[in-house]
Amino acid sequence: MGTLRRFEVHRATSVDEAVELRRRYGDDAAVYAGGTELLLAMKLGVARYAHLIDVKPIAAISGVTRTDGIVRVGATTTHWELERDPLLRRALPAFARMEANVANVRVRAAGTLAGNLAFAEPHADPPALLVALGARVTLQGSNGARMVAVADLITGVYETAIGPDEILTHIEIPVPPEDARVAYVKFQILERPSVGVAAIATLREGRFVGAPTLVVGAVDEVPRRVATPRLAGASARAAETRDAIAEAARAAVEPIPDLAGGVEYKRHLVGVFTLRALDELVAEAA
Amino acid sequence: MPAREIRFRLNGSERRAEVEDQVLLLELVRGLGLAGTKLSCDMQVCGACTVLLDGRPVSSCTTLAIEADGRAIETIEGLADGTALHPLQQAFIDKFAFQCGYCTPGMIVAAKALLDELPRPDRATVRRWMDGNICRCTGYETIVDAVVAASERMGGAK
Repeated sequence: MGTLRRFEVHRATSVDEAVELRRRYGDDAAVYAGGTELLLAMKLGVARYAHLIDVKPIAAISGVTRTDGIVRVGATTTHWELERDPLLRRALPAFARMEANVANVRVRAAGTLAGNLAFAEPHADPPALLVALGARVTLQGSNGARMVAVADLITGVYETAIGPDEILTHIEIPVPPEDARVAYVKFQILERPSVGVAAIATLREGRFVGAPTLVVGAVDEVPRRVATPRLAGASARAAETRDAIAEAARAAVEPIPDLAGGVEYKRHLVGVFTLRALDELVAEAA
Repeated sequence: MPAREIRFRLNGSERRAEVEDQVLLLELVRGLGLAGTKLSCDMQVCGACTVLLDGRPVSSCTTLAIEADGRAIETIEGLADGTALHPLQQAFIDKFAFQCGYCTPGMIVAAKALLDELPRPDRATVRRWMDGNICRCTGYETIVDAVVAASERMGGAK
């Protein structure tokens, strides 16, 4: 069995205490919540920490609230809680559906959305949809709190903009306008998605109002936004629109070859799943 | 580092244990003699190590034992009432839902969490819930049959 090397868990009861623990232990410590990514990496020996800072006891960073047009998710909220949350299901049904399909039921029961972002494993579902929705996170450190867009938070494979003494406390997701359609589709053969595509658009009489938002996740080092300005006002069902969207999506990514497939295969999948995301938007609007 | 004392309910009985922080929940329950919970993939993919923590299924291979402090752990050993099998256990036998049996404790414990939350799941829901439990013998159809049959016997039938 992949037993763990000895470490000490420090249960923080406030964000300030967690920040102080990060300052004290530096690189010897990791923030611990669900542990689904962290403990696995430690068992495999690819990460080693003498101290884990358990943020689950911090009541102020748990649960889901809504203020005006923003849904605020506390950092210790699990995927299990999010897929069942009545407020989230009402305000962001596509996001709740995505959450219900993260990994498997056991990972969802323990793992958190914030942990998923902070770990920055590229083969993940939430980042693409969060980037498409314009979500941001609050990072709190010894010099106060700052907000960072999810698009800027994930800077590379397992790399984020989180500072050495910062704690990710909340994720804020703007609720899209009433008439906007949101879709997330993915292709997955193993435990993690090979390709995930998030799409948001408003359609009127079959045409895009403004340009659609498209973000491709899981396939590249970071979620990639697809350039769509010339699709503003285009007919969503027209063959030339579909070709242009699939082509733009394929061009936007530099897939990482791995067990789920090579570069060309994944690029092909990106085109296929971009069209499926588009189909879902059109079907929903109909 | 001194061990931490934790208190928990294990299959209905109040227990306490001294564990160091890095001890895994799987090591705790097997160390207490409950060998029904199996280690297999060791990476949260296969489900053989599934136990319930306050009713929610977790991979005990990647959960710290200290997380059980103040909570209820349920393992496969907690399902039967004396010699009377739980309806899920009986249904797995009746429907031939296992061959080697190594994945079965995790399958049954995962299915129990489903039926506790949703007593009348349709087949698609059972398949989706159980998609994180891997069996290399049966081909899954009989497993879905067993969960649906148990749901009917437990009074949750559609």
